[in-house]
Amino acid sequence: MPILIPEVPPPARRRLLGALLVAGAWPGATLAQFRVEISGVGATQLPIAVPRFREEDKTGQSIAGIVRADLERSGTFRIVDSTGDVDETSRPDYSQWRRRGADALVGGSAARLADGRFDVRYKLWDVVKGSDLGGQALAVVSSDLRLAAHRIADAVYEKLTGDKGVFSTRIAYVTKVANRYTLRITDADGEGGQVALNSTQPIISPAWSPDGRSLAYVSFESGKAVVWSQDVGTGNRRAIANFTGSNSAPAWSPDGSTLAVTLSRDGGSQIYLMDREGGNVRRITNSSAIDTEPVFTADGKSIYFVSDRGGSPQIYRVASNGGPADRVTFSGSYNISPALSPDGRTLAYVNRNGSEFKVMTMDIAGGSVQTVSDTVDDESPSFAPNGKLIIYATRAQGRDVLMTTTLDGRIRTRLLSSGVDVREPVWGPFGR
Amino acid sequence: MNTLRITLMAATVAAAALAAGCSSPVKLNDGAPVTDAKPTPVGPGAGAGGAQGSGTSQSGVTTVDLSKNQGADASALGRVVYFDFDSYVVRDEFRPLIDGYAKVLTTAKTKKMVVEGHTDERGGREYNLALGQRRAEAVAKSLALLGVTSGQVEAVSFGEERPANEGHDEAAWAKNRRAELKDR
Repeated sequence: MPILIPEVPPPARRRLLGALLVAGAWPGATLAQFRVEISGVGATQLPIAVPRFREEDKTGQSIAGIVRADLERSGTFRIVDSTGDVDETSRPDYSQWRRRGADALVGGSAARLADGRFDVRYKLWDVVKGSDLGGQALAVVSSDLRLAAHRIADAVYEKLTGDKGVFSTRIAYVTKVANRYTLRITDADGEGGQVALNSTQPIISPAWSPDGRSLAYVSFESGKAVVWSQDVGTGNRRAIANFTGSNSAPAWSPDGSTLAVTLSRDGGSQIYLMDREGGNVRRITNSSAIDTEPVFTADGKSIYFVSDRGGSPQIYRVASNGGPADRVTFSGSYNISPALSPDGRTLAYVNRNGSEFKVMTMDIAGGSVQTVSDTVDDESPSFAPNGKLIIYATRAQGRDVLMTTTLDGRIRTRLLSSGVDVREPVWGPFGR
Repeated sequence: MNTLRITLMAATVAAAALAAGCSSPVKLNDGAPVTDAKPTPVGPGAGAGGAQGSGTSQSGVTTVDLSKNQGADASALGRVVYFDFDSYVVRDEFRPLIDGYAKVLTTAKTKKMVVEGHTDERGGREYNLALGQRRAEAVAKSLALLGVTSGQVEAVSFGEERPANEGHDEAAWAKNRRAELKDR
């Protein structure tokens, strides 16, 4: 199988400090927990200006700053000089903005409503054509101001690129500091972190439910691997797979009714299905090998999984109700951790070559394989819900860090958190 | 006479157990050689020796504590089986350890243990969890083959999540590829 290595342009490394992108301080700002580095930006980026929103300092959030950071982090946009007073009611001086090199302009405002919520408005202009591309008004409580900014960035992104943005989605991941583990949820930019679970015992394999309301995960709190399901908003949790031996690798079906899990209750590690409460357990693989890491296709009809039935771990596909399994990966002798794009066309996974672990993508129809990472200790790839980005964990400068990459590996973002090891990222769905 | 014999046997077994800690094979149930000792004088004018009432008690009893070696704690045998890279084969050098625990468990049928399997840090977490499970099950299977009932032993895995050694070299990895036997 030929391996296609993309021509990556010489990396233009720019370090962005998340909270410091905005000129000047604003009340209520918290220090960025993540530092974002972008490397390898593409040849064509859309230059855009996003001046500060009128009265945004009264909200405690830099709304324009969040929008700018989102758009720049995608690698698709370049932020130009955004000083100036523009709001959604302005009639922009297009020639002024063209002189600054902008092709597009966003203007907006924030105002406090009588009920304590905030009315956030924006407008988008095509500076080249000199036309109004529309806008929106969002009424949000103060704890959703970041979300409002992300939704504006999504709308701008979608209007100008045609693709759905993922700036208002969330990611979950595990942190480890000494002997403390947390399961953490942040915005896709790494900000706004909240702890879903705090433990002195390991947590692995988090998995978002399709509606984004629950997380399934493996916790070792009882002295062995048990699968739990937790409502993110309320914190209510229950153990849904706690059989003899180890219980792990939860994966949700696309309709959220079913989970696939790896159980050792009948000896070895095999894949079973169960309903979301943990009942109606039925076995779907039947080998004397290790079968694990199940993941459903977007249509729910098939499950991809890892098996070493051929001697070393490779990725296979089986119908969701069981039956014969077909091998899917043929390059290399160790392929694990499958993740599927929402359109079903691309498989992301981790390949071990010697002592190097790298995220790869494979075109499922044609079988061609592509390297997307330039690090050597990768794990746990997960697709963004628009299918355009992959998040994964790796090791850089002695720390565990999270990376996002475009599918061709050309644009990568490093989310370096200060002081803690981060691992096992999973990208949440659209709509919170 | 009997007291002396038992005392000597206990001492020999204890010594043998200590020796086992230095990793030489030990068979707990072998009869320990008993040497004849001078009989304790039991009264004035009793036969040999003639040490009458010169400070040696005639009422002393020495406690023999069998419970220590009876199975509650067989840790003098060691509790860890180590594995080669990518392997779940129980090496011959750990046979005596397995034998020792099998005897403990078949003797005390209500005793329960757990075998915890581990891997080194290299590789994916879920696949390593399954590899650790294989190691734990290999040890559990070895015990079952020696007559231990399956309900007495649960095999579980920690994969790479609980290293014994946090280093990142072969010396550390070798210490992490293991199965640990623990009382329940």
